Amino acid sequence: MGRRYVSIWFRHLMTDWCTIRRPELKHIPFVLVVPLRGRMVVTAACPLATSQGIVLGMPVTDARALVPLLEVINDRPGQGERLLKALAEWFIRYAPLVAMDAPDGLILDATGCPHLWNGESSYLQEMETRMEAAGYRISTAMADTIGAAWAFARYGKDIKIIAQGAHLHTLSSLPPVALRLETSVLERLQKLGLYKIESLLSMPRAALRRRFGQTLLDRLDQAMGRQEEFLEPVRPVLQWEERLPCLEPISTRTGIEIALHRLLEAVCVKLSRVGKGLRKAIFQTYRIDGRIENIEIGTNRPSHHTAHLFRLLEEKIGTLDPGPGIELFILQAPHVEDSLPEQERLWAGVCRLDDARLSELLDRLTVKLGPGCIHRYLPAEHFWPERSVQKAITLQESTTAEWLAGRIRPVHLLRTPERVEVSAPIPDYPPMLFRYKGKIHRVKKADGPERIEREWWLDSGQHRDYYTVEDEDGCRYWLFRSGHYGDDQGSRWFIHGFFA
Amino acid sequence: MVSECACVTKKISIFTALMPSTKHDIIRQLEKEILPLQGYKPPTPGGQFSLGMRPVEEAFPNGVFPTGAMHEFLAANQEEAAARSGFTAAVVGKLMQDCGVCVWIGRKMEVFPPALAQYGIGPERVIFITPSSEAQVIWAMEEALKCEGLAAVIGHVRDIDLTTSRRLQLAVEQSRVTGFILHEPSRQVALVAAVARWRIKPLPSALEDGLPGVGFPRWQVELLKVRNGRPGKWVVEWSARGFHVVSQPVLTETKEQKRKVV
Repeated sequence: MGRRYVSIWFRHLMTDWCTIRRPELKHIPFVLVVPLRGRMVVTAACPLATSQGIVLGMPVTDARALVPLLEVINDRPGQGERLLKALAEWFIRYAPLVAMDAPDGLILDATGCPHLWNGESSYLQEMETRMEAAGYRISTAMADTIGAAWAFARYGKDIKIIAQGAHLHTLSSLPPVALRLETSVLERLQKLGLYKIESLLSMPRAALRRRFGQTLLDRLDQAMGRQEEFLEPVRPVLQWEERLPCLEPISTRTGIEIALHRLLEAVCVKLSRVGKGLRKAIFQTYRIDGRIENIEIGTNRPSHHTAHLFRLLEEKIGTLDPGPGIELFILQAPHVEDSLPEQERLWAGVCRLDDARLSELLDRLTVKLGPGCIHRYLPAEHFWPERSVQKAITLQESTTAEWLAGRIRPVHLLRTPERVEVSAPIPDYPPMLFRYKGKIHRVKKADGPERIEREWWLDSGQHRDYYTVEDEDGCRYWLFRSGHYGDDQGSRWFIHGFFA
Repeated sequence: MVSECACVTKKISIFTALMPSTKHDIIRQLEKEILPLQGYKPPTPGGQFSLGMRPVEEAFPNGVFPTGAMHEFLAANQEEAAARSGFTAAVVGKLMQDCGVCVWIGRKMEVFPPALAQYGIGPERVIFITPSSEAQVIWAMEEALKCEGLAAVIGHVRDIDLTTSRRLQLAVEQSRVTGFILHEPSRQVALVAAVARWRIKPLPSALEDGLPGVGFPRWQVELLKVRNGRPGKWVVEWSARGFHVVSQPVLTETKEQKRKVV
């Protein structure tokens, strides 16, 4: 199937925008101006002002002389571009590939899209009606090449649809200005009496190149489809993306769920065929009032399991606001990885870390509890207790470090050590008794000290001498003295953990 | 229930008719029939699970520590909570064996992963989950208990009512995961659907005379309630070789005896 492009031309982009924002401007001639070399110059004029003789590039003073009641509005630089970009994103509902065509147009790669709107003419009609309702006057055209669509949108009068392969002879009746040429080239063509494209076609290419430069030939070839032209889409189309346009706006949860299920199934079938799974999915909804909302989920391991992914996204459907209705659903998988072969059958029953059942459980927990609630710890090569573990990011990850085997650690560790009052005999002996939370514990048995040096390259401070002590009730604690016995600040004792 | 009773009475009649066995045999047989109805699966031949502390396991029906069921553990203070974590970790370590995975859920996680290695658990195979509310803890626990293949799910639960705990019990009956409720009741201890209610208290460790230092962890393991079993108290010591039930009277008595001697 040949490619089909739609060119959209906003005839009065900036002034239409001003009128939408300030409806009272509808019946007043007004212009947009910017300062240029010390004077104010017209950059856009409303149809009313144009009909009274105001042209672009005219100084404001001249324009005022022509139309005394002229309303002058300051144009902010970059405003037009921002507006065009927003419009381009809105047009994604009609085709996945939309490119900006500065300063006042858009190009859509509509290949394979019009049948969803019952054919090409109703496709273009729908765009025009919707834009008209919003307050923008546009003209559109559809052709096999970007150049031809561009030409007919602007100079085609009432010709909107150029049938496949018909652009060659339809184009020839248009003036050369329809070829997107520079003004200097156009002036020269005018001077030579070349008023139509057909007169260019019959000339030898070498002569054209010599007189008008390579650009003319390139433009001509692009319009004729002899040279490929590339679009730079406002939003790149991902490889793993599925779209579902709806004829009627959808606003019920059931409707959204059905749409989500169909999209997921389509993506998952494609993914499983090539042995890949998604790690991240984004579900976007395009509302008829132009708002775009999305929800996204992540998985712990590549997955193309429709039911599982549906459960994850289903949790978040509640956050979508359908508003007046949703007309387009898009499901994207921006992060796709090779899916690991299913191995659990070999060890049926026992769940390992690389088991799909486990990662699906964790996905569900992450979605409901939020990120940062699930932890797995790996040993870190530090003796300092607070640093002796590191958080693992993935389920498969492992380190070469090993858990400290010979050193006894308490099963409960306080997040921050707490001060205790202690009476200890001579230096380096374990305490005889200590007071923790108002209760006095008499130490019956003790082990230690185990000195743990502070890692000076990481932080500064004093070393710790740890003692394992057991009181008369058999409760076991992990106490430490910070620094040497009898330092200037006096020795400070802390409780850091509880042994089983 | 009515149909079950009918079924049981029918079986009695069949037994009495078939063989003239004693009353004792009939009751024994009936107990065997009732146990599966209450969530106990008969021990699978071959892969029988053992904790390595016979006297304690004898307290359970069939003399086997029930896996695929809910166990409830109480603790009165921080020290008991630590003892309870140690004991639970040791039991879970037996369940996990070499490659299993367990999930540990709690709002405030005090467990220090490196210490778990002493109880036979690879700390990297424990997944800690810290939800922000009590309701989420229960939800996460139920989800985890439904996940077939996990070795164990341990949850620090503050208040749990009978209905909620029944849901957990139903989940494990399906998935055969063993669940541990580390109960920290803020009010009165409510009734919880579990096969056993445990309480672990730390006891002074024992050392051979004259040796300095602290010995192996030693606990008073108390089974407050056992469904169809016999509650009791034992002194259990944990070392690298596993559990060891110390065959000496409970501590309180020894103290009294010592006083008498003095």
